Amino acid sequence: MGTAESEAVSPRNLVAARSARRRRNLNEHLTGFAFLAPQLIGLVVFMVGPLVFALILAFSHWDGFGTRSFAGLANFEKVISDPQLRRSAVNTVWFTVLQVPVAMLSAFAVAFMLQRAGRMKSFYRTFYFAPVVTSSVAVAAIWLWLFNPDISPLNNLLRSIGLPAPDWLQDARFVIPAFAIVGIWQGLGYQIVMFMAGLENIPVTLLEAADIDGAGEWQKLRRITLPLLSPTILFLSITSIIGSFQVFDYIYVFMDTTAPAPARTVVYEIVQIAFREFDFGTASALAAILFIVLLALTAVQLAVQKKWVHYTE
Amino acid sequence: MNTNHNALGLRPARIVLNLFLAIGALAMAGPFIWMMFSSFKPLGEIFAQPPKLLPQEWHFDNYPRALAAADFGRGFFNSFYIAATVTLVSLLTSAMAAYAFARLRFFGRNSLFMAFLATMMVPMQLTVIPLYLVMGWLHWVDTHLALIVPAALFNAFGVFLLRQYIRGIPLELEEAAAIDGAGRVRIFLTIILPLLRTPMTALGIFVFLGQWNSFFHPLIFLNSDDKFTIPLLVNQFKGQYGSDWTSLMAAATLAAAPLLLIFVIAQRQIVEGIALSGSKT
Repeated sequence: MGTAESEAVSPRNLVAARSARRRRNLNEHLTGFAFLAPQLIGLVVFMVGPLVFALILAFSHWDGFGTRSFAGLANFEKVISDPQLRRSAVNTVWFTVLQVPVAMLSAFAVAFMLQRAGRMKSFYRTFYFAPVVTSSVAVAAIWLWLFNPDISPLNNLLRSIGLPAPDWLQDARFVIPAFAIVGIWQGLGYQIVMFMAGLENIPVTLLEAADIDGAGEWQKLRRITLPLLSPTILFLSITSIIGSFQVFDYIYVFMDTTAPAPARTVVYEIVQIAFREFDFGTASALAAILFIVLLALTAVQLAVQKKWVHYTE
Repeated sequence: MNTNHNALGLRPARIVLNLFLAIGALAMAGPFIWMMFSSFKPLGEIFAQPPKLLPQEWHFDNYPRALAAADFGRGFFNSFYIAATVTLVSLLTSAMAAYAFARLRFFGRNSLFMAFLATMMVPMQLTVIPLYLVMGWLHWVDTHLALIVPAALFNAFGVFLLRQYIRGIPLELEEAAAIDGAGRVRIFLTIILPLLRTPMTALGIFVFLGQWNSFFHPLIFLNSDDKFTIPLLVNQFKGQYGSDWTSLMAAATLAAAPLLLIFVIAQRQIVEGIALSGSKT
């Protein structure tokens, strides 16, 4: 290309070079799309198409058969005014409020300790991470036993140290905390691994410099470790809030299609409304509201991050 | 003098630290241990008060009973070939798309890349209803194609992860190959793909785990028992034999054991792979 440009003094050369470049460009465009093609088809057919269709459904009356009719905002009004759906929304928020902070705090504490555990580190890590690779259905089957007051060793343990031993899944006050316990138990290992990766990236020289300046453990934690870990904290906070709002598997395995009002969550309702009642319009409206809420929660966290997240690069 | 003080001062702290970690590890392992021992108990023993961890009388009948009640062999086959197919195909298509986004100039590249990124925010519950209808039109409901094709052809996270990696590869390597007359396809196959081994291993583990354990889409798309994956079989078993607790634990053990075994063997790769995939986002 360098020689072509240095020779390009006569207009004829210039034109020839330009058309050659255009051919090359066209070729490059085509090659680009060829490489992209499989995923582009996937994006259009299995994501963008369904997304557009979901929005149409949210404004339609439809049971999957028969004719579809325009519903205006009727589906959204139905979702917002339904007391059971409101209850399920509150349950979902309650689950998130219980699960996210407890999981993140304990994951950080464990990661912090594992960092100091020397050779035992990977031995302990095996145990903390094992539930992550296990399917949520198998996990729920185990906890079904642990939550059954007649046979639960957990309740026996609680009673023996003088704590109340509730009927976890039947008691309206305990069913959401029970889901949160399972969620924390299964999700902890992933967050620990993320925190450990973050902790490993903190330069030792910084901590040593703080040691020389006479900083205590607490000061090092507050002034160095936590600020440098803030991108990890933000990432985990965003992803775990999104995950918590979508809790479904445990509830379905615990309760099948007959979960009582205090145990229902938003996604459970979406599945029930869509695939039991075949009211695709209302289910889509509820799913759209969930999406908007998640977008808003993520946007808020990204907006507030400037105040507390430190990026080193 | 200073080190001496440290050595003395550190010991109790070490013990407390290990104590905390060990109690935590036990709490994590406890449910698994309970599951495994319970799967060897006779049904009558489960109501013992106080509950005992070890079977009083070892009982090996729960496994044959669970295996007879549901076709777990078939379930394993289904789960494995679905997860393996999705993993292999989606790795290839993701790497191809990632290469296009990282290295090729084509019309609408940046907006298309933004579109891929944006879809990571979309909850699957929003698209599952139209997706179900699309599968209906394609006559793919109650077939494994409904699970394999969308997952194999669309993986925004994978495209994003691999693109970040390809951008980190020095251009000189490709330029040298281009001077030697290599086309884009050959450059992709002989230079880019081999260099992507680390992130592709991580991504592959991630995809395989997700597919193997997936419950939501199989639950919606599959109806026939012989098409069921392991999570669906365990859930169905629970529904039909819910009070047969010891067999349920045998079924749960069967479902959990293969991945736990693989995990213990390949712990380092799995954990580092997952940490890696998180740190790039």
